Amino acid sequence: MAEHAGPASYVKIWVVLLILLGVSIAGPTLEIQVVTMITAFGVALVKAYLVAKHFMHVNLQPRYVLYVLCTCLTLMLVFWAGTAPDIYKDEGANWVKHGVSPAH
Amino acid sequence: MRPIATTRSTAGMATGQLAVWWVVASEIVIFGGLLAAYIQYRMSHPDWAGYAEHTNVIAGAFNTFVLLSSSLSAVLAHQAAEAGDGRKAGKLLGLTMVGALVFLTVKGLEWTTEIQAGYTISSNGFWAFYYTAAGIHALHVVAGAIIMGFVARDALAGRQLHRVELIGIYWHFVDIVWIFLFPLLYIAK
Repeated sequence: MAEHAGPASYVKIWVVLLILLGVSIAGPTLEIQVVTMITAFGVALVKAYLVAKHFMHVNLQPRYVLYVLCTCLTLMLVFWAGTAPDIYKDEGANWVKHGVSPAH
Repeated sequence: MRPIATTRSTAGMATGQLAVWWVVASEIVIFGGLLAAYIQYRMSHPDWAGYAEHTNVIAGAFNTFVLLSSSLSAVLAHQAAEAGDGRKAGKLLGLTMVGALVFLTVKGLEWTTEIQAGYTISSNGFWAFYYTAAGIHALHVVAGAIIMGFVARDALAGRQLHRVELIGIYWHFVDIVWIFLFPLLYIAK
């Protein structure tokens, strides 16, 4: 992996990650839900991307590695979507959720 | 003789490296499923925001800082290993292990305080998710630190330097999981 960055680049990425950590903590103090969502979860996505690209070097791996990771993520989301109605709904055409009063 | 894990190339990479990526792929399903379920329950239980008020943001933020810093030392160890400097790689991995120890210590103190306050895994849905998600993550930190100890020992002796990158990939993934756990469990009140 000769394309790896030098130590200074890694330190720069680390500093950016710490700044983003500060933003994710400061955002919710404004007590505006949209700002909290963006600064907490949006920033988390950016931080994860930076770690995956610059520290894990996902972009320098054979392309199929990314495909395998994305496939696993997709399968997990499909499974989650398939079971989600059981959480959100209290009753259905052919089943009941025990211990929960049906919502009317 | 070079170990088998560094000489096979039908997958375009060393077998050991391929194995670590498979581990990461399977971990995505484990943690992804857990976090997706948490988000789902959280959205349908607005009262959980009140329980989240009792988590310690400062401790969570400090642990995020520790893990991000340990990721830096892990990638610098990888770089040193690629340059053939096993001694430096071993020392940097040792520093990463210190990060793991600090993380677990803070987590232990945090849990002690919360349990003493009466918030246990059986208190309600929020705390069940909190202890399950953070607990499984902490187990991964423990496993990573133990494996890192063996890799660091070999690296200091100039052996098996290719393994430094492998444990690094795993460690960065553990870091990424925490990056998502932190806002979910500590920030979103």
